[in-house]
Amino acid sequence: MNNFNCPIPHYQEDVITLSHGSGGKQTSDLIENIFLSPFSSEEIKKMHDAAFIPSIGRSIAFTTDSFVVDPIFFPGGDIGTLAITGSANDLAVCGARPIYMSSAFIIEEGFLQSDLKKIVASMHQAALSQGIQIIAGDTKIIERSTGKNIFINTTGIGVHMVDVLPEPYRIADGDLIIISGDVGRHGMAIMAKRNDLQFANPLYSDCAPIFPMIENLLENHVELHCMRDITRGGLATSLVELSELSSKHFIIDEELIPIAKEVESACEILGIDPLFVACEGRFVLFTPPKYKQQVLDILHSFETSKNACVIGHVDVRKSPSAVLCNSYGIERPLYKLYTEQLPRIC
Amino acid sequence: MKFVNEYRDPSLVRLLAEKIKKTAKKNWTIMEVCGGQTHSIVRSGLNKLLPDNIQLIHGPGCPVCVTPIDLIDMAIAIALTPNTILCSFGDMLRVPGSSFDLIKAKALGADVRIILSPIDAVHIAKKNPNKEVVLFAVGFETTAPTNGMTIKMANDLKVVNFSLLSSHVLVPPAIKYIMSDPESKVDGFLAAGHVCTVTGYKQYHELAKATDTPIIITGFEPVDIMQGISLCVDMLEKQETGVKNQYSRVVKESGNRQAQELISDVFTVVDRHWRGIGSIPSSGLDLSSKYKTFDATYRFTIKTDAPSLDSGCLSGMIMQGKCKPSDCPHFGKKCTPQTPLGAPMVSTEGACSAYYLYCDKGSS
Amino acid sequence: MKTFSEDGILMADVDFSGVTKKVCLSFTPEVDIGTYVVVHVGFAISILDEQNAKETLNLFKEELL
Repeated sequence: MNNFNCPIPHYQEDVITLSHGSGGKQTSDLIENIFLSPFSSEEIKKMHDAAFIPSIGRSIAFTTDSFVVDPIFFPGGDIGTLAITGSANDLAVCGARPIYMSSAFIIEEGFLQSDLKKIVASMHQAALSQGIQIIAGDTKIIERSTGKNIFINTTGIGVHMVDVLPEPYRIADGDLIIISGDVGRHGMAIMAKRNDLQFANPLYSDCAPIFPMIENLLENHVELHCMRDITRGGLATSLVELSELSSKHFIIDEELIPIAKEVESACEILGIDPLFVACEGRFVLFTPPKYKQQVLDILHSFETSKNACVIGHVDVRKSPSAVLCNSYGIERPLYKLYTEQLPRIC
Repeated sequence: MKFVNEYRDPSLVRLLAEKIKKTAKKNWTIMEVCGGQTHSIVRSGLNKLLPDNIQLIHGPGCPVCVTPIDLIDMAIAIALTPNTILCSFGDMLRVPGSSFDLIKAKALGADVRIILSPIDAVHIAKKNPNKEVVLFAVGFETTAPTNGMTIKMANDLKVVNFSLLSSHVLVPPAIKYIMSDPESKVDGFLAAGHVCTVTGYKQYHELAKATDTPIIITGFEPVDIMQGISLCVDMLEKQETGVKNQYSRVVKESGNRQAQELISDVFTVVDRHWRGIGSIPSSGLDLSSKYKTFDATYRFTIKTDAPSLDSGCLSGMIMQGKCKPSDCPHFGKKCTPQTPLGAPMVSTEGACSAYYLYCDKGSS
Repeated sequence: MKTFSEDGILMADVDFSGVTKKVCLSFTPEVDIGTYVVVHVGFAISILDEQNAKETLNLFKEELL
């Protein structure tokens, strides 16, 4: 005879099931209950198969990104904030104002609807604060693995603010390399949560929109040769990629790179190099030296870029590379992150 | 951090470099034993601050690098066994076995968990009583007591679904082995500071005498390393042999008694095969007969194919200081961190990975 | 830093310049609050001798300058 334990677990009504992805009534209920109100653009409300965008009159920027962060809720944000801000920042560093976005969700059965609501609310808030309309979306439900996974893709459309676009080929000898703030907060906030590190001053992700700073720089006619949003692979990977794309030589002063004390300590504990840790609200820009003070004054006027500083310059040398000059006066080449950084023995 | 930043002071590093330059009249070759020291040297460029007559060569102090291929294969086979969790430090995951590595095994469905502390593995075993949990225990004497603690813990708490796959190695036999080679060029050693916090350095006096070398117990920060080199050069110029303790702020001659007692209780000294080098007598640790029930090689009947012999990797030569990574014909070409021929290219303490990451490709 | 026992093992919350992590004190049971330790894979393996550190650092700075 089989033995049963009583009481049997109470069925959690707010769990997402495969039926929510069937395309039938439960799908439309899910969309109506969770997505429709927060993503309340006129185009979304039409519930048509495609959204119409009026003619903008300037050239368009277009980007896409997918978000799989774990944990999905972290100090300073969640996967929803990231999904909107990440794609918006990619548009911003190309000199474009983010205007429209689509968002597609792949959700495991077992995921809690209450968590989905929180994520969608974050997306709504992030979009609203950045003047972005979410005009298209999709939802798919997949079979359970852990019951906790959600993956989000956002595709963004922006309109270019300047006629001469900031691009790697425009990086020039003598350009200053300026970073908008201290590096590694986002990646370490995530890793710290995974590895149960506690902070005397809580470490929050640096996830934040960068368009307001860029808009201000462009409206003040600062010559911006190139910008890059520092994300996966960290500052070092971004610099190496740009030196390859521009065929230019960068010299970075290691002592000038801003890193918060808590980030440094957490990196020491886990054996991680902060130069490769992801950010989600930091960018580097390349500008002629004459704009240095103007750029720093503008960046310092924003809370999220109050620690902006010069970290290096573009040097006249034949070989394109990015080198780091340390406090002992020794240069070493920077490299792209080859594989995920893993906590190590020593 | 306090007691860390002072030992990164650029002015002290420069002064030490000048002192070494003034003191060193002859050509000397010094081996830093620990891979952590190698990375510190190459990353900071300390070797570039030394005069040309002082050569640094890199030792075998990378436990990840010397773990034999058949143990990697065994770990992979264990990980792929149903209802099994393999716990490992992150460094081991990319080390190539005969066919692939633990990262690929994970992608194939193996339950491989990265741990920050060995006792995390015991906690995992407690939370998963229906699964076998195996700790891949790699390390020198620094890590041995910490891995040994898991056995004590599992024994006391009766966590029966926990076992350990040991790949522990010992430093002094390796130093002796290197110096037994008549072609060895090593004049002096920077010994691994953290190993000595556990073992102490009493046994290093006899080792210095037997190898006729100065041995400096050295830390890992740039000032520590430069001071270690300076002390070594001083002794070499005076033709002195013996042991000096540069890392005296944390290393005592007697070491850590509690850690030593635990190692003696849980482990027994065995001969060990060092990947790329060969068998070194009495250079490894296996679980003692008292704790054999926790030995994964007894719990699991694993048949691994005979390990493939020659990938062309020169790690053995490099770890014995007979050549540098940049001397290897495959360095940066066939052998890269994404396509490693051996362990030193993927270990965070490997000499090859230090050269690949921090030097101009092909330079020394 | 405060100490506690977990599964019969002596542990402590150790501060790494603003970041706190649990560390096992089995090999350094004599530590006190305020002691600096060397931590390896979640274990304190050695106590830093502050007096020695200050003295040796001062001594060798004098020697060099």
